[in-house]
Amino acid sequence: MRGAGHAVRLGADIDTDVVIAGRYLRTKDRSIWAAHVFEDLDPSIAPRLSGAVIVAGRNFGCGSSREQAAIALKEAGVVAVVAPSFARIFFRNAINIGLPLIESDLSCPDGTMVRFDLNSGWVESGGNRRPVPLLSPRMLDILHAGGLVEYWKVKR
Amino acid sequence: MGTLSERILGAPAGAYVDRKVDRAYVHDGTGVLTFEAWKNMGSKGLSDPSRLSVIFDHIVPANNSMTATLQRELREFAKGSFLHFSDIGEGICHQCMSEGVVLPGEVVVGADSHSCTTGAFGAFATGVGATDMAAIWLTGETWFRVPESIAVRLEGEFLGAAEAKDIALKYVNRLGMDGGSYKALEFVGDGTGGLSMDDRLVLCNLAVETGAKTGMFYADRITMDYLERYGLSAAPQVQETCTYVQELEIDLADVVPLIALPPRVDTVRPVHDLAGLPVDQVFVGTCTNGRYSDLARFARVVKGNRVAVRTIVVPASRQVLSEAVRTGVLTDIIDAGCTIGTPGCGPCLGAHMGVLGEGEVCLSTANRNFKNRMGVGGEIYLASVATAAATALEGEITEPGVP
Repeated sequence: MRGAGHAVRLGADIDTDVVIAGRYLRTKDRSIWAAHVFEDLDPSIAPRLSGAVIVAGRNFGCGSSREQAAIALKEAGVVAVVAPSFARIFFRNAINIGLPLIESDLSCPDGTMVRFDLNSGWVESGGNRRPVPLLSPRMLDILHAGGLVEYWKVKR
Repeated sequence: MGTLSERILGAPAGAYVDRKVDRAYVHDGTGVLTFEAWKNMGSKGLSDPSRLSVIFDHIVPANNSMTATLQRELREFAKGSFLHFSDIGEGICHQCMSEGVVLPGEVVVGADSHSCTTGAFGAFATGVGATDMAAIWLTGETWFRVPESIAVRLEGEFLGAAEAKDIALKYVNRLGMDGGSYKALEFVGDGTGGLSMDDRLVLCNLAVETGAKTGMFYADRITMDYLERYGLSAAPQVQETCTYVQELEIDLADVVPLIALPPRVDTVRPVHDLAGLPVDQVFVGTCTNGRYSDLARFARVVKGNRVAVRTIVVPASRQVLSEAVRTGVLTDIIDAGCTIGTPGCGPCLGAHMGVLGEGEVCLSTANRNFKNRMGVGGEIYLASVATAAATALEGEITEPGVP
């Protein structure tokens, strides 16, 4: 899986409550989650997420198991998230809904183009290419299918 | 030979395994998404429904038409299939699973991050998301990466006014919000022998606040005695020689009442340092501290007095509520001026009852104090039941007295 997008920089320990607040969870309308993404952190972030690669600090996605956090990012147009580390439930959730996560401490200014290739395992920005840990074959299969729902649809 | 996780999952740390799960549960929040994902997977089948539970706890009773309609769909499905279904008022999913359901050595997954709580029984218990759970409904199994383990070695005995919550805040502070990421915490050492099942559930509950996959105690005589009350029996688990990636030692005699400052669970100070800070609300409850022993401890302090600030007490389950009624603990709490909520998560997630207003401060016995979690512009301090009781009586953060 390959992709590219402009960097939107965020700090460390971004918790799932600030990705999408509890007060917006009770709906099946996914556009509501996208509309309120990062609202409690900084309302100016959401409008910049279409076609973006989030480049964050460590422990991205800590806290709740709410899958709406990963869905909100995907619905808002986020192409991938790059961070030195991810909280484990968020990591599984993102792969399961087809949102690529890249483990790297990539440092680049806001707005820079970030490119990645998960099949060969690299991420780059400003001509600086670095290797990233490869996902397991099953995780790649799930991502390529577009998520775990699509993966099982085909498998059944 | 291995860590408890390695023994239960049957492979060395770092290996990926597919494991059949013994118990899997969702609540009214995650269950709605799980149900959608499961339907979209194109199968009407449920693998071994006897292992699956739906437990309504997050917004109970429903607070508006939208929530009620979402709950109605999930309720109709759960009642019509062979799932174990607990409707509003039965209690918090982790508490319900700890009341004679989870057994030592089991693989337990819940669609909630605090599913690590029942690791207290010597089970491998962890949280997953909704789509993960939908696949578990479908297949009865899931994959795990066998975690490396951190030993949290507890020595000695409590002195003074500290309780299990203070040990939990201490280890979260020492490890930090991602110090346990992808790992299991194993609580070991002579000090574990003096901890009740309720204490162990508190310690395991906060494991996820370090990013850990689970927190675990070895099943021993205390576990056996607890399970016997539910007519269950299980063999003790003996610790084997194994490799820990990190060891953390805590002398229980050194633990003082602690408090976590907003908005991070790992920013912890002695309660003493915050004494005198006015609060607008005290909340006693949640999957951390809503058990009968918590309510009884709270009641001992407030009995015969009057709380100075609005105080919400929410029993973690119907069993807890029932016992508190039977023993008179609930009367003492009500007579002290507290408000009682339906067994469930209460205000913890900020979705209904007890939400904070702009600029308000809450002293809560819960496990999370993230920004705006309990209401936009509100601040949450996390502490023990004893600290909550002392604070409720004074209306400002107050160090608990020695019981």
